[in-house]
Amino acid sequence: MMGKGTQMVRTPGVPGLHFPASLGQLSISASYIARPLICCTQLPAQLEEVGRDSRYSSSYGAMDKEYVGFAALPNQLHRKSIKKGFDFTLMVAGESGLGKSTLINSLFLTNLYEDRQLPEASARLTQTLTIERRGVEIEEGGIKVKLTLVDTPGFGDSVDCSDCWLPVVRFIEEQFEQYLRDESGLNRKNIQDSRVHCCLYFISPFGRGLRPLDVAFLRAVHEKVNIIPVIGKADALMPRETQALKQKIRDQLKEEEINIYQFPDCDSDEDEDFKRQDAEMKESIPFAVVGSCEVVRDIDSRPVRGRCYSWGTVEVENPHHCDFLNLRRMLVQTHLQDLKEVTHDLLYEGYRARCLQSLARPGARDRASRSKLSRRSTTEIPLPMLPMLPLAETEKLIREKDEELRRMQEMLEKMQAQVQQSQAPGEQSDAL
Amino acid sequence: MSKQQPTQFINPETPGYVGFANLPNQVHRKSVKKGFEFTLMVVGESGLGKSTLINSLFLTDLYPERIIPGAAEKIERTVQIEASTVEIEERGVKLRLTVVDTPGYGDAINCRDCFKTIISYIDEQFERYLHDESGLNRRHIVDNRVHCCFYFISPFGHGLKPLDVAFMKAIHNKVNIVPVIAKADTLTLKERERLKKRILDEIEEHNIKIYHLPDAESDEDEDFKEQTRLLKASIPFSVVGSNQLIEAKGKKVRGRLYPWGVVEVENPEHNDFLKLRTMLITHMQDLQEVTQDLHYENFRSERLKRGGRKVENEDMNKDQILLEKEAELRRMQEMIARMQAQMQLQMQGGEGDGTVHGHHV
Repeated sequence: MMGKGTQMVRTPGVPGLHFPASLGQLSISASYIARPLICCTQLPAQLEEVGRDSRYSSSYGAMDKEYVGFAALPNQLHRKSIKKGFDFTLMVAGESGLGKSTLINSLFLTNLYEDRQLPEASARLTQTLTIERRGVEIEEGGIKVKLTLVDTPGFGDSVDCSDCWLPVVRFIEEQFEQYLRDESGLNRKNIQDSRVHCCLYFISPFGRGLRPLDVAFLRAVHEKVNIIPVIGKADALMPRETQALKQKIRDQLKEEEINIYQFPDCDSDEDEDFKRQDAEMKESIPFAVVGSCEVVRDIDSRPVRGRCYSWGTVEVENPHHCDFLNLRRMLVQTHLQDLKEVTHDLLYEGYRARCLQSLARPGARDRASRSKLSRRSTTEIPLPMLPMLPLAETEKLIREKDEELRRMQEMLEKMQAQVQQSQAPGEQSDAL
Repeated sequence: MSKQQPTQFINPETPGYVGFANLPNQVHRKSVKKGFEFTLMVVGESGLGKSTLINSLFLTDLYPERIIPGAAEKIERTVQIEASTVEIEERGVKLRLTVVDTPGYGDAINCRDCFKTIISYIDEQFERYLHDESGLNRRHIVDNRVHCCFYFISPFGHGLKPLDVAFMKAIHNKVNIVPVIAKADTLTLKERERLKKRILDEIEEHNIKIYHLPDAESDEDEDFKEQTRLLKASIPFSVVGSNQLIEAKGKKVRGRLYPWGVVEVENPEHNDFLKLRTMLITHMQDLQEVTQDLHYENFRSERLKRGGRKVENEDMNKDQILLEKEAELRRMQEMIARMQAQMQLQMQGGEGDGTVHGHHV
């Protein structure tokens, strides 16, 4: 998207088939049979045309007769997705002043934070965490992306930051809940996917690793969203310090058993160059980034985006200065779609499973909490798959009333049984 | 003073000259013999370069073997006070420097109690001095009062954080605060000016009293006046610390080596390190005086006001406390008994319910 030329990225499964980088966002899960089937000796006209398409003719020229044509499927998907457009929700979290907004603006070359007013000190003293959403539509090369940015101003600012991550966790779960409801609803054609696909968590370069607040936040959200840790304002660190800090953070993440987003391994049939690039990128996690929206002059007086100091100029897009390019490549160019898929297949399904499980085992809850009134009826599992909304007051009331009714019924039956017993035992009772 | 002829007290070469223009020299000689003592406290979040700066300022290594705790340990830790003393000598003048460090400040998720430890340390030193001063042998009072506090502000925030404001307000009446912007090599010139101005505005807004450099006397020379003016204009100082020697422009300087350039610690264009050091050295005496005349006297008057009544109240309170505690105990015992009775009832009743519900479960 933003690169200076197109970068070739391979799609899985079909050797010799290349797509330009912008198309590489499609990760197609169907696996293609590399050998075409022998089906007919004469190709219908359209397939022949497709066969002669320059993109496909390279390996298949000699096998025209045995060509079915579903190697063209990716192309169809590609066209459809262009029409449909992409949407992506990105969350940024971290203490204020770590350069989050500047980085976002640098990453997407937009100005998402135009009317930003930093609050005064006295206002900041009483500020609580808020969740802000901003949306922007970006188009490049005919491809539209609807980018939603979720910001968390006020995080880590106050003197007492206990539980300051709870609003964030609640927000993420609300999005999942919304999607679950939409998915279980009747009209599923146009579901708006507002789930958070990725969270860029900014770590301070000063902190000597993760701080207690970082650990607490990451632990609270790592099972709910893809986390990409990022070291903000990395021009405060010399190269040696950067390496040490990255290692320290990696060790701490492992120690605290926090699951960050794992970039998938590239296939074994990729070429060496690509593999090396991929390995380098993985080695540089967490990414140490510098953001800037100003254009300055570098040593050769070329205009670059960077920061100008009296002792030198930091170039944002120079891989020796910071990992900005790596982050951009991994986040936008190659793994945008994968992030969405992991959110859908892994994190959302996990949430859904937890939700359904807590619905399906209310008996266990009854035994556990006798003194409390159980909200859920033990005999019915709600159909059709209406999810249990813990915050829905009316549903709670309905279930409570159900419970009451049932208990009254039991009492009635008991009383009836007693009455029968007191009557002549031999008499038949209508109630039975 | 020449006293060659006991009968003649006048030196023929300088008539009218008594000789007490020499007094400052005597003071000077005595102080050189006695040595100076100075206690400096450094406060700020971890990772802001406090120890590196102290080592750079005094060209010593006050922190040779440091073990930095991991995040998990930091969660449990409270703020601690570590005082390390070092005797430095330069051209025959001895300085006994005590640096009070406050590891753990600002680390925890809930920092409300962060500064209680620090305040009680400062008060303790005042208390001890007061006690020594009121004692019999006043010859060798060791002055451990905190003369100056460097408060490190992060260059990242957009000004002062709520924790900074709260802390400074809590100690500005007890110690001289010198705000310092740490790790200033992350700020461009424009950002630095903006941040300094913002911090000064916020300090004024919250009525925080930081240490103000005294104006140069009118009889000082122009250079000194100019220096003082420059120093005053650069508060809060934005500093960079380093103990590594880097090769730059053919000579070895202390600095930080980046791929895009070298930051020199002692280059006034790069940061205010030299200004901070000048200020500290030139005004060390003044800092001690302000501590003695202002902060200590404040403490002393507060203490004496409370002093008389405090002892009686303590005795009375003790009896009262005993009574209250006994009452509490009795109430708790009653509550426990009641709860036990309730639980028994519930269990009996509960079992009854259990058999009915058993059909459904």
